[in-house]
Amino acid sequence: MTLSALAATLPASGGGESYQPPTPAIFWQPLFEVGPITVTNQMAWAAIITGVLSLVLIMLSKNASVVPSKGQWLLEGVYNFPRNSVARDMIGTKEFKKYVPLLVTLFLMVLFYNLAGSFFLTMNPVTGKVGFPIALTLVVYVVYHWVSIQKMGLGGYFKHMIPPGLPGWIVPFVFLLELITYFITRPLTLALRLFGNMFAGHMVIYLFVTGAFYFLLHGDGILLQALSVPTFIMAGVMVLFEILVQFLQAFVFTLLAASYIAAAVSDDH
Amino acid sequence: MHITATVSSVVGLAAAGEGETMPLIPHWEELVFGLVMFAILFWVVAKKVAPNLEKAYEERHAAIEGGIAQAENAQAEAEAAKAQYEAQLAEARAEAAKIREDARAEGAAIVAEMRGQAQDESNRITDSAQKQIAAERQQASVSLRGEVGRLSTDLAGRIVGHELQDSSSRQGLIDSFLAELESGKVQPEKVGAAAASTTAAEQGQLDLGDAGRDA
Repeated sequence: MTLSALAATLPASGGGESYQPPTPAIFWQPLFEVGPITVTNQMAWAAIITGVLSLVLIMLSKNASVVPSKGQWLLEGVYNFPRNSVARDMIGTKEFKKYVPLLVTLFLMVLFYNLAGSFFLTMNPVTGKVGFPIALTLVVYVVYHWVSIQKMGLGGYFKHMIPPGLPGWIVPFVFLLELITYFITRPLTLALRLFGNMFAGHMVIYLFVTGAFYFLLHGDGILLQALSVPTFIMAGVMVLFEILVQFLQAFVFTLLAASYIAAAVSDDH
Repeated sequence: MHITATVSSVVGLAAAGEGETMPLIPHWEELVFGLVMFAILFWVVAKKVAPNLEKAYEERHAAIEGGIAQAENAQAEAEAAKAQYEAQLAEARAEAAKIREDARAEGAAIVAEMRGQAQDESNRITDSAQKQIAAERQQASVSLRGEVGRLSTDLAGRIVGHELQDSSSRQGLIDSFLAELESGKVQPEKVGAAAASTTAAEQGQLDLGDAGRDA
C-alpha cells in the first residue's frame, strides 16, 4: 500500500504516465485455449523443464558405472543431495531407499520450477502459481497418509496421534490439534510456504525492474532518472537473493516431505 | 489518477476471471498439469535414474570392499614373506655360527697336529743327535784305545828301557794285552795301589764292557 502510494505520488509532479505497481495479475499469462482448458505460460514452461530434465536425467544415468564419467559424477552430486542429506538423514538407513525416487523427483521438480524465476528466458517461477505447489503437496499428502495407514491401520493411525500418558480430559483437545496438524496445517503450510516465497520474490523483482524503468523513462529531471541506477542494482541483488531462496525452498519442501514420511515410517510417536 | 489506476486494475482483474484475480485460488488446469508433470518425472527417476545409480553405488561399494579384502590379502602375504625371510635369516645366522665354530675347531686341530709334528721332528732330531753323539763317542773311544795303547807302550818302553823296535811284535804285544784286559785276565790292581783295587777293576770292566759293546 505504501509502495503503491509512493509510486502514485512520484509521477504526479512530472505529469507523465502514472506508475502502475505490480498486481497478482502479472502471474496470469494465458497462452491459448483448448475448449474449456486455458493453457498458461507457466504450464508451457513446466512442460519444457520437465522434458529437458527427463532427457538429461536419462542421458546421464544411462551408462552409470562404478567409475563415474563426468556427466554421471555431476548427476550423482545432484541425486545424492536429496538421497543422502534428506532421505537417509530423515528417514533412516533402513527404509529410506524406498522413498528416494519420490524425494529426488520432488527436489528436482521444485528446484527447477523455482529456478525458472531466475532464468533469463522465463523470469517467472512456475511454482509462483499456486496450482503447482498444491499438486506436489497433494502427492506428499497422499503418500504420508498412505504409509501411516499401511503401517498402523486406520484406527491405529488415529490412536497414534494421541501421545500416551495424557490425562483424560486433555485427550480430545490434543486429538483435535493433531488431527488439524496432520490433515490441514501440514499440507497447507507445505504448499503455501513454497508458493508464497516464489510469488513474493517474483513480485519484488518485478517491482524493482518496472520501477527502475519508470524512473529511467518517465523520471522528471536527472535526479529521478539517476535513481534508476540503484533501483536496477537492487533488482539484481534481489535476483541473486531469489536464487538462494529458490534453492532453499526446494530443500525445505523436500526436507519437510521427508520428515512427514519419516514420522509415518517410524514406530514411535 | 491514483484512484482511477486502482479502479481500472481491479476491474481488469475482475474481468479476467477467477484463476487470475485471487492468487491463492489454483488454476485447476495447472494443478492437474502439475500432477501429470510429477508423474512423468517420477517415472523417469524411479525407473531410469535411481535403479542405474543405485546399482552403480552397490557395485562401487562391492568394489571398495573387494579392494579392501585384496589389500588385506596382500598384507598377509607380505607378513608371511617377512616371517619366512626372518626364519631364513635366523637359519643363515645359525649356519654362519656353526661354520665359525667348525673353523675354530679345525684351526685348533691343525695347531695340535702341527704341534705334534713339531714334537716328532724335535724328537727325531734329538734322537739322531744322540745317535751321532754316541757314534762319535764310539769312534773317539776306538781311536782313543789305539792311542792309549801306543802311549802306554811308549811309556812302558821308556820305563823298561827296552825299545820295542820291532813294530809288528810290539803291535802283537799290545793286542794280546788288550785282549787279556778285555777278557779280565789282567788285574790292573797288580800295577796300581791295593786300596782301590776292587772299584778300579769294576770300572775297568765297565769301561771295557762299553767299549766291547760299541765295537
